[in-house]
Amino acid sequence: MTVAIDRATGKRRGDRAPRPGLGQRLKHSYQKHWYAYAMIAPVALVLGVIVLYPLGYGFYLTLTDADSLNSARTIGVNEIAATYKFIGIDNYAEILWGETAYDRFWSHFIWTIVWTAACVALHYGIGLGLALLLNQKLRGRTFYRLVLILPWAVPTFVTVFGWRFMLADAGIINSGLDFLGLPTPAWLEDSFWQRFAAIMVNTWCGVPFMMVSLLGGLQSIDSTLYEAAEMDGASAWQRFRHVTLPGLRSVSSTVVLLGVIWTFNQFAIIFLLFGNTAPDAQILVTWAYYLGFGQQPREFAESAAYGMLLLAILIVFTSFYRRWLNRNDQQLAI
Amino acid sequence: MSTSTLPTAAEAGRPADERTAAPRKGRRRGEVSPLGRLTSHGILIVASLIALFPVAWLVFLSLGPDKDDYLRPGGIWGKMTLDNYSFVLQNTNFFHWLKSSLIVSLGTTVIGVLVAATTGYAVSRMRFPGYKKFMWVLLVTQMFPVAVLMVPMYQILSDLQLIDSYLGLILVYCSTAVPYCAWLMKGYFDTIPFEIDEAGRVDGLSPIGTFARLILPLAKPGLAVAAFYSFITAFGEVAFATTFMLDDKKYTLAVGLQSFVSEHDAQRNLMAATAVLIAIPVSAFFYLVQKNLVAGLTAGGTKG
Repeated sequence: MTVAIDRATGKRRGDRAPRPGLGQRLKHSYQKHWYAYAMIAPVALVLGVIVLYPLGYGFYLTLTDADSLNSARTIGVNEIAATYKFIGIDNYAEILWGETAYDRFWSHFIWTIVWTAACVALHYGIGLGLALLLNQKLRGRTFYRLVLILPWAVPTFVTVFGWRFMLADAGIINSGLDFLGLPTPAWLEDSFWQRFAAIMVNTWCGVPFMMVSLLGGLQSIDSTLYEAAEMDGASAWQRFRHVTLPGLRSVSSTVVLLGVIWTFNQFAIIFLLFGNTAPDAQILVTWAYYLGFGQQPREFAESAAYGMLLLAILIVFTSFYRRWLNRNDQQLAI
Repeated sequence: MSTSTLPTAAEAGRPADERTAAPRKGRRRGEVSPLGRLTSHGILIVASLIALFPVAWLVFLSLGPDKDDYLRPGGIWGKMTLDNYSFVLQNTNFFHWLKSSLIVSLGTTVIGVLVAATTGYAVSRMRFPGYKKFMWVLLVTQMFPVAVLMVPMYQILSDLQLIDSYLGLILVYCSTAVPYCAWLMKGYFDTIPFEIDEAGRVDGLSPIGTFARLILPLAKPGLAVAAFYSFITAFGEVAFATTFMLDDKKYTLAVGLQSFVSEHDAQRNLMAATAVLIAIPVSAFFYLVQKNLVAGLTAGGTKG
C-alpha cells in the first residue's frame, strides 16, 4: 500500500515533469484521458442529475420555509404557484438551538449515536465470535453457515413483519417470558423497550454480513503465521491478539465503516417495526422522514435540513475515520 | 456451496492420532479439544436457532386461517391450511405488485449494471485528473440518508410528472445502486490481470474495445453480483416506494405488504402468507450469489 507505483501507467506517482502551460496541459490531458472521461460520463451524468442537483435543490429548500401548504401543487385543475420564501439559516438555528431543540433534535441525535454504536458493536462482536467458531474444523460448519446467513437472505421488510408478530403483546416472545415467570415488557409500546427491540431486531438482521465478511478475512490470514506464533510459544489468546486481529484489520476497517453508515441511515427496520407510533425510538433518519412525509402539513424545509445535518455528520465522521486509519499507516479499502 | 478453506497439505496428510504422540500439551493448530468442540457446536446451534426462528415462525403463522391466530399459535396445529396463500394470490393485487416490483427492480438492474461497469473499469484501469475526487464522491453518495434526497427528489419528480411512474422510481434507485456497483465492479476489475489489457492494446484494440471484448466477458461473475445487488436493493426498498407510488396497483411488494394493515383490517395471516411468498424466490436467489457478494463488498479489504 505504501509503494505509490501507478498500476495504470506504471509510473511512480509524485515525480512530475515540469508543468507545461495551461492550454497545452488541457489539450494533452484531453487526448490522454478522453476515454476515461467518456467511460465515467454516464455515472457522472446519473449522479449529477439525480443526486447532486436534488442535493443542491434540497440545500436551497433548507434555507426557505417550504412546507406542503406553500409549495407549488396542483389541486384539481388549479395550479397553485409556490409561495415559500427565503429565510436564511433559520431552519438550522431552530433545529440546533431553538426552544424545542432538545426534544426535536438532540434527544434523537443522542439516541441515534447510541443506536449506531450499540448496533455496530453488537454486529461486530457477535459476527467475529461466530466467524471464529466457523473458522474451526467442525463437522457441519457449512450447514451452520447457511443457516446463520438466513437473516441476510430474507428481505428486511419481510423479516421485520415476522418480528412484529413475535413482539406483539401476546406474541410468542411474551408468552415464552410469561411461561418462564419473567416480566413481559410491552415491546412495541413502552419507549425503553421499543429502543431495546429496535436494537435487537437490527442486530439480528446485521450480524450475517459481518460474520461472512470476517470469515473471509480470517480465511485469508496466512496459516504459517499461526505456526510461527505457536512455535514461539504464543498462547491462544496471544495468537488471537497478535495474529488474528492484525490480520483482520483491513477487512474490519471496511466493514465497520460500512456498518456505521448503514446503521446510521437504517430506515426500514425502525419505520416498519413501529410506523409512527414510537416518537422516542425514531432515529434521525426516520424522524426526518416523519417531519417531511408522515404528518400534515408536511415540513419539507425542516426535513431537508435534518437530512443535510445527517449528511454533514456522516461526512465528518468518515473524514476522521480515514485520517485515524491513515495515521496507523492503514489504507481504507473502500 | 462449501466453505473455501482447505486444510493445509501438511495437516491433511497428518494422521489424526499423531497428536497424542506429541509431547507438548498444546494441540495441533485447527484441532479443538472435545470440550471445546462441544461448546462450539452448542453456541452455533443456539445461534442457528435464533437466526432461523423468526423466519420459521412467520412461515408457521402463515398457515393459520384466522387473523388473530398469531396470538394463539397453539391452535394452528389443528387447522393448518394453505387458504391464506390462495386468497392472496386470487383476491389481492399481489400480481400487480409483483409486476411493479419486477419492472422497477429489473429496470434498476439493467441501467445500474451498464453504467456501473464502464465506471468501474475506468476507475480500475485509468488514472485521470480528478480520480480521487471522483472516488470520494462515489463513497459519499453511499451515505446519503433517505431524508436528504427525499424532499427535493419528490419536487423534481413531480415537476417532471414522474411521480407514480415506474421510470421515476427506477431513476431514484439508480442513485443508490450505481455508486455502490461501481465500487464493486472496480474491486472485481482490479483482480483481472492488467496484462490482459496490455495484450489487447498491443493487438490494436482501442481502450473501449479492450473493455468490451476482453474484460467484460472475464468479469461476468462480478457483473452478476452487481446485478444481484441492484436487484435486491430495488426489491427491498421501502421509503422511496412508499412516498412516490400512489396508485395501489403500482405499489411494489414492499409497499403492498404494508397495505394489509389498514385495508383489510390488519389481516395478519394474509400478511404473513404474502411475506413468505415474497421471501422464497429472493432468498433462493440470494444463496446462489452470496459468496461473491461478500467478496465484492469487501474487495480490497482482504488483500490488504
